Amino acid sequence: MTRSHEPLLRVSDLTMMYGDRVGCRNVSFELRPGEVLGIVGESGSGKSTLLRSISAQQEPTKGTVEYHTRIDGIRDIYQMSEAQRRLLMRTDWAFVHQNARDGLRMNVSAGANIGERLMAVGDRHYGNIRNAAENWLDKVEIATERLDDLPSTFSGGMQQRLQIARNLVTSPRLVFMDEPTGGLDVSVQARLLDLLRGLVHDLNLAVIIVTHDLAVARLLSHRLMVMQRGEVIESGLTDQVLDDPQHAYTQLLVSSILQN
Amino acid sequence: MEQTVNNPLEASSAYNFAYLDEQTKRMIRRALLKAVAIPGYQVPFAGREMPMPYGWGTGGVQVTAAVIGPDDTLKVIDQGADDTTNAVSIRQFFAKTANVATTEKTAEASIIQTRHRIPEKELREDQILVYQVPIPEPLRFLEPRETETRKMHALEEYGLMHVKLYEDISRHGHIATTYAYPVMVDDRYVMDPSPTPKFDNPKMDMMAALQLFGAGREKRIYALPPYTKVKSLDFEDHPFEVQSWKDECGMCGATDSYLDEVILDDKGNRMFVCSDTDYCSERQDAGHRGPQHHDQPLGTSHSNGKAAE
Repeated sequence: MTRSHEPLLRVSDLTMMYGDRVGCRNVSFELRPGEVLGIVGESGSGKSTLLRSISAQQEPTKGTVEYHTRIDGIRDIYQMSEAQRRLLMRTDWAFVHQNARDGLRMNVSAGANIGERLMAVGDRHYGNIRNAAENWLDKVEIATERLDDLPSTFSGGMQQRLQIARNLVTSPRLVFMDEPTGGLDVSVQARLLDLLRGLVHDLNLAVIIVTHDLAVARLLSHRLMVMQRGEVIESGLTDQVLDDPQHAYTQLLVSSILQN
Repeated sequence: MEQTVNNPLEASSAYNFAYLDEQTKRMIRRALLKAVAIPGYQVPFAGREMPMPYGWGTGGVQVTAAVIGPDDTLKVIDQGADDTTNAVSIRQFFAKTANVATTEKTAEASIIQTRHRIPEKELREDQILVYQVPIPEPLRFLEPRETETRKMHALEEYGLMHVKLYEDISRHGHIATTYAYPVMVDDRYVMDPSPTPKFDNPKMDMMAALQLFGAGREKRIYALPPYTKVKSLDFEDHPFEVQSWKDECGMCGATDSYLDEVILDDKGNRMFVCSDTDYCSERQDAGHRGPQHHDQPLGTSHSNGKAAE
């Protein structure tokens, strides 16, 4: 794993308030290229709020999110123009939704779904777009003869893999995932996690993955942040946090996994 | 300054000149000026109720009403024909409310309102072409949110338009969109040329006449000033091409015009005729003859009705 010293993403003192209510408070961390950060916590702990704020979908009340862009170096994403930010979001970033239907265009074929980002950045050669789409279907283990089928004819697991292919086609460097394995049965989950782990490694992706499933966090992430009531209460290497939890809430979380 | 145009020839004093009141016409003209200043950009306007149903060209009629003057000569076509219901009623509407001269000759008209076609005869700088538009937003069927499509236009995010063309090729092997074929205007705005067949798209490019588009139900106006670059979207390996026909026009023998198919009987007999009736009759007057013309010794009698699209 290659890791440069320059962080890819730096979040400083991020606070998101919904009126008087706290979404998340005083969150700071850095993420380096190729690093996978898991954010765990019970529902309502502010995981998704945090993810939305750092992925440019919801401007935080306070604090900054800085990203190391390919061209201009480190930039505060909320100081960029909207055009620049949207370009960043559909080229260098990727967002994998929990529900694949939120991240896919259900009324166009799998090929068009994968090709959309390529066309958005100016690819105008049908043959090349189609080849790229076929390649990516293969990479996410979907039979290439399904290229012209609508995503609505795909199973839940296939839709999730299609969503991943559609996101990774522009070779992003940073991927946000919100419960990517939620709603999938255990065997499909295992296959998807295996696939994700391979892609993350092969493409040297930096990933921020939000999950309430500690098994997913253990399998994928290098580092872990545990959140409770909008605040990060513990963070560190994944095995360290899970094997030797310090905070009372983390201990409770770890001990609540069914063991036999 | 409100003022009623006093047309000495005014036939019916029950209406203001060209039906709409002067204040409304000024509002529409402002929208038109903005539309001409930003070619291809959809300008919202306060569309009025017109004495005809939506879908009959209420947008085009309001635009025509705003630009027409007593000295203008109006031609109205529907599917290229001057004698169809829609064309006849709009022509009569302006003959009655504005008392303007009307014509079926493309060359004699100063304003041409159209529902689908662009006349085959090349238009001049002193002519205005007014289009009736049903759905002005080219991105609508892919992105239903108006807020989002406006943002996409503002930021020139047009990748989605090619997703539609990609789907066409993957389903049909070629770009199967035959009408409302999206165009890029002046290298900036993607525009829907309304229900115009793509056969006419090349005519929009660098046209000498002013082209105005009015969408009554959606309350949008857009425009192409004279000599504006209009490029049909395509892929490098699937370039834009217009429809072509194996047959010639049955009446005038034209091979370069847009042809309508006319079913002659229930035995599979059919003929093709120019959709532009003025173009066809002018050619016939000049002595051109197609294989199914009356003069030709042909047993089958044919109907005058146009094939529906």
